[in-house]
Amino acid sequence: MKITSKDVRRVAELASLALRDDEVERMATDLNNIVTHIDKLNELNTDGVEPMAQVLFDAEDTATLREDRERPSLTNEEALANAAVSGSGYFKVPLVIER
Amino acid sequence: MKQHSITSIRESLLTKKFSAEELTRQALEFAETENPKTNAYLTFSSVRAIAAAEAVDRKIAAGQDPGPLAGVPVAVKDVIVTKGLRTTCGSNLLKHYIPPYDATAVTCLEAAGGVIIGKTNCDEFAMGSSNENSAFGPVKNPVALDRVPGGSSGGSAAVVAQGTAVVSLGSDTGGSVRQPASFCGVVGVTPTYGRVSRYGLTAFASSLDHIGPFARSVRDAAAVLQAIAGRDEMDATSAAAPVPDYVAALTGDVKGLKIGLPKEYFTGLAPETGDRIHAAVDVLKKLGCEVHDISLPHTEYAIATYYIIATAEASANLARYDGVRYTTRAASAGTLAEMYRETRDEGFGAECKRRIMLGTYVLSHGYYDAYYLKAQKVRALIAKDYAEAFQQVDAIVAPVSPFPAFKIGEKVDDPVAMYLADIYTVTGDLAGIPCMSVPCGSSPDGLPVGLQILARHFDETTMFRVADAYERASN
Repeated sequence: MKITSKDVRRVAELASLALRDDEVERMATDLNNIVTHIDKLNELNTDGVEPMAQVLFDAEDTATLREDRERPSLTNEEALANAAVSGSGYFKVPLVIER
Repeated sequence: MKQHSITSIRESLLTKKFSAEELTRQALEFAETENPKTNAYLTFSSVRAIAAAEAVDRKIAAGQDPGPLAGVPVAVKDVIVTKGLRTTCGSNLLKHYIPPYDATAVTCLEAAGGVIIGKTNCDEFAMGSSNENSAFGPVKNPVALDRVPGGSSGGSAAVVAQGTAVVSLGSDTGGSVRQPASFCGVVGVTPTYGRVSRYGLTAFASSLDHIGPFARSVRDAAAVLQAIAGRDEMDATSAAAPVPDYVAALTGDVKGLKIGLPKEYFTGLAPETGDRIHAAVDVLKKLGCEVHDISLPHTEYAIATYYIIATAEASANLARYDGVRYTTRAASAGTLAEMYRETRDEGFGAECKRRIMLGTYVLSHGYYDAYYLKAQKVRALIAKDYAEAFQQVDAIVAPVSPFPAFKIGEKVDDPVAMYLADIYTVTGDLAGIPCMSVPCGSSPDGLPVGLQILARHFDETTMFRVADAYERASN
């Protein structure tokens, strides 16, 4: 097994996921199966190949910036309408810094 | 409802056979009655639909052009936001989410006279190939109710096949429009990357995400793409290239077009699928197409490449579901960090977690170069394969899926096997070229098979011409 339960817990922490113990086991198995397949890429020599971060094609003027002008945006009320908890015009979250 | 097309609805409205409001009420009633069979709709939008229909009727009464999609009942995949109308992304996390704005594609549909009657079920955050990853239960394939409709846009394919919508919108990141279209026996289109604005499409993998239409004919699919394509200043990745008249190009004449058959797409194919694809190629030959054998040599690396890039991007895009802005927060949360973790653990289903974990892993310290950067380089090679092929041919035809629709539950325990089945569709997304599925008959047990047609960047016209000529010849 290339990816251990310990690795899974470390990655889960990076991803902000609280995995239960049974989920950790299953995840380790699944990730190992997937990584075994994606290791196939090592068969290929990619020296000198430019990485493709996005779709590129010949076109004029595709990524133009829009004109910088004032226009309506969401109101404070609209922006907060889906908040889990809000108050006084803000998103509310649990205490971050102890006083 | 199945007899309706965009053209027939327009004629009926203009000759006063029925009004848009009458058709909308009928469509809503039919869809609500039929929906328990398939679970394809998650939400109906009767108030908004009636208002849109009334606007069409007023235009007709005033002698104005009611728009190219006048009165057409449309369904929209639930990863595309609709103002004031619940948009769940198939996730428990967003089961109460009411977007404060419309996606540009939705605005375009309504501006063209389309009537949005509901939102369709899908795999959670568009992650899946069977629609079994929805928090709201799987969609059943209307052609065979014990089978999956494909995914992730399973609901949008099913409603068009079932006749509970005339056309619909889905999204495609690795095959999520074409594969369900092929499983349900309808037309599904993934346009060129950048052809349709993604403003308001919930992001899964931003360098791969597309919005695309489903329809019961190539003509209707082309008309919907016409309405939603074009530059949008709200999406910096949308292209300024002019949008040609797709429908006008559908003459049925494909004589002399050069069609490529990639040999790598015919290994590991179920015989019932292979037979249908070869029969379709024979039809194209009879229509005067020149068929050439071609090679896309990096195809076997496409799944590995796709599942690295797509999950890496997804792990970043899905970071926003943290219990702060989007309705759902875990009740037990103590500290801020616990709140993030608990909310995400309770909210995301197994497949989303798997992809977030894989994406985080391939981006993590020590693995970035080995996986993510490597995948971006192989992506360049896959795109180059297509660029070289399109120097010899005008379009490529291939299967969409190695096999027809499978039974619900049959593949849920083997995520890698499910991923591998996306082999014929992920390549088009990685290269960003337009591709579509058009029905090409059924397997001996009556399951639909789809023919995939791929073309050069922004050459949807050639792709539609081939699909339309084939559709006419096979009908």
